[in-house]
Amino acid sequence: MATIVGAATALSASKSFNSRKLHLRSRRSLSVSERKGSFLVVRSDGSVVHKAHRAQKLIANAVATKADSSAASTASKPGHELLLFEALREGLEEEMDRDPTVCVMGEDVGHYGGSYKVTKGLATKYGDLRVLDTPIAENSFTGMGIGAAMTGLRPIVEGMNMGFLLLAFNQISNNCGMLHYTSGGQFKIPIVIRGPGGVGRQLGAEHSQRLESYFQSIPGIQMVACSTPYNAKGLMKAAIRSENPVILFEHVLLYNLKERIPDEEYVCSLEEAEMVRPGEHVTILTYSRMRYHVMQAAKTLVNKGYDPEVIDIRSLKPFDLHTIGNSVKKTHRVLIVEECMRTGGIGASLTAAITENFNDYLDAPIICLSSQDVPTPYAGTLEEWTVVQPAQIVTAVEQLCQ
Amino acid sequence: MALAHVASSTSRSNLLRPISAFVSPNLRRQLSTDDTRTLTIETSVPFTSHRCESPSRSVETTPSELLSFFRDMATMRRMEIAADSLYKAKLIRGFCHLYDGQEAVAVGMEAAITKKDSIITAYRDHCTFLGRGGTLLEVFSELMGRIGGCSKGKGGSMHFYKKDSGFYGGHGIVGAQVPLGCGLAFAQKYKKDGTVTFALYGDGAANQGQLFEALNISALWDLPAILVCENNHYGMGTAEWRAAKSPAYYKRGDYVPGLKVDGMDALAVKQACKFAKEHALKNGPIILEMDTYRYHGHSMSDPGSTYRTRDEISGVRQERDPIERIRKLILSHDLATEKELKDTEKEVRKLVDDAIAQAKESPMPEPHELFTNVYAKGYGVEAFGADRKEVRAVLP
Repeated sequence: MATIVGAATALSASKSFNSRKLHLRSRRSLSVSERKGSFLVVRSDGSVVHKAHRAQKLIANAVATKADSSAASTASKPGHELLLFEALREGLEEEMDRDPTVCVMGEDVGHYGGSYKVTKGLATKYGDLRVLDTPIAENSFTGMGIGAAMTGLRPIVEGMNMGFLLLAFNQISNNCGMLHYTSGGQFKIPIVIRGPGGVGRQLGAEHSQRLESYFQSIPGIQMVACSTPYNAKGLMKAAIRSENPVILFEHVLLYNLKERIPDEEYVCSLEEAEMVRPGEHVTILTYSRMRYHVMQAAKTLVNKGYDPEVIDIRSLKPFDLHTIGNSVKKTHRVLIVEECMRTGGIGASLTAAITENFNDYLDAPIICLSSQDVPTPYAGTLEEWTVVQPAQIVTAVEQLCQ
Repeated sequence: MALAHVASSTSRSNLLRPISAFVSPNLRRQLSTDDTRTLTIETSVPFTSHRCESPSRSVETTPSELLSFFRDMATMRRMEIAADSLYKAKLIRGFCHLYDGQEAVAVGMEAAITKKDSIITAYRDHCTFLGRGGTLLEVFSELMGRIGGCSKGKGGSMHFYKKDSGFYGGHGIVGAQVPLGCGLAFAQKYKKDGTVTFALYGDGAANQGQLFEALNISALWDLPAILVCENNHYGMGTAEWRAAKSPAYYKRGDYVPGLKVDGMDALAVKQACKFAKEHALKNGPIILEMDTYRYHGHSMSDPGSTYRTRDEISGVRQERDPIERIRKLILSHDLATEKELKDTEKEVRKLVDDAIAQAKESPMPEPHELFTNVYAKGYGVEAFGADRKEVRAVLP
């Protein structure tokens, strides 16, 4: 994220939404060359720092291989380096320290340390009553989390894989989302439901599901997707502090991303999108893992002379139409790149929202690149073709900008 | 005290007043000294237990408690019958599940616990809400969708809640309230309250998987959860022997102790709930099966006679009706006269009618209320209208 370095100082002064926005605006007024120089501090994708004259090939691995340049680029900066799952754990630990009503429940979160190590060490620190190992009973332990939240506790329910939360759909939809409304405001449900989802490395169809498309129409919940260690920690903290039920979507392939994050405490805003790369020609909206595919494509596009504006929407419900709208007003072309399936995914809703609200500003129809409407196959090559690849993004931008 | 209240009610005729003026001071004197006397009454049937000791059949109670049982159950019965007429008059729409016949469970449970203990139930919740301290006006306003209702008219018959007295609803999906109830018990254990949660469900919901999942977790973590199966023998139109291989619901917890109770006897219910509360605080979850009966059908759209005979319904009404049982007890122990009880019923009827009249006059929610309470206010998100004309994003 371009303004992370700047934002670190801004945020240490105040955690409010407004200061970051102001910062964004001032950044955008810089000249093109300056802007290019400053934004190249996208550390989670370490290779961006290097030159762009690199042979483009079909990239199956969106996660940056060892951030070899990160040492050079981050040596002199403040903060500490960690991996995304450690960032999540740091956020979780800080919140559990701060508020004794925060507890975690899920399968193997306690003694085992979490299947993705997000809760490692927490059980020994906080005890069995605050970090609870549940049996394999998603429907009921999600329900129990919601019942506990009704009384004022702040549970964090971890689904070992988001796909397992389909078993708890009734509890999430009816009780989690709607109780605040049907009780006339008597009960608040400050629960956080989190877990990894998305297409991984040949995990098979049932373990590669993207549940954001199923949950998006439940009224009363908020959905956010993290993509970098910085926003993972910030969103985790914001989600825990929120009085509304929040579903935090993580991605299986992003847990080992390394980034330097500030030492000071910070919280990200749950409803705000992140400007990854300001640009002029086309707005590319994305979230979670696809952000990295988009950034790969952005390098190629920059070589070819395009100037894409990349926004990580982060907030899947509700959409940050303010940031998105400002961008559309500037570029007049929109490309959505997502990992959901074509039918009924986040991209479909986003397309509808943008068309409804900003139709006058569009010069071309919105292009939405999503995964194919198929169960994710096991074979590696087939799995690559299910998901959107950088080459397809480049082609789509070229098509848009004709 | 209930009797004094009855004695001074305006429904007494002038003719009777001189006599009562002569009689009642004696009675009052007698009752005021005996008001605190405990009566020991045997429950109608003994308890059957599974993996635990049965509580004693002798229940201690006081005259005022019995009279309050009578009054509360009469109010509940009257309220449900009034709701029946309102539904037929199309003032209540949607689903309306009536509790008449089962009042003893709500009333007996209240007598054994405090408002700090939590109760959660499914959609047959009107009387449980009343027992927890809800008012008749709130009930009827909510049923008719008015803003004065307990859920501001947005919940309806199946979504009554009263947070300040520990009533957590009011849930439409069968069985979903049991994991919620175990979550309430978990929070009670977490906060070390010394309170318990009663999670009520029906014989139909007893076959839900999430119930056994939640029971397993509650037993593992020693939660103060009491699962109460209100067995009215019919899951909508399906009799219990057609739905459950083992209709002994109190035994189905297997490793969790259970107790079978005559749910039409308010005193037995009270005894069982007291016993269960002590047990849950020490030993973890316990299942109570209340053997009860509903006179109405499953809901207002179900006549209730296609799957059972009218003889059965009237038979239960004659032999096991909870209000009649308390009436007989009161009369046999000379706690009140026949007339006084009838007067109580008349008074209750008037209260219910007044509440209905008041609710009918009360306003419907404003249109903007459609979008309030979707999210907790002040935490970032507002709910926008479907008509985006007013809230289209404004660009600088």
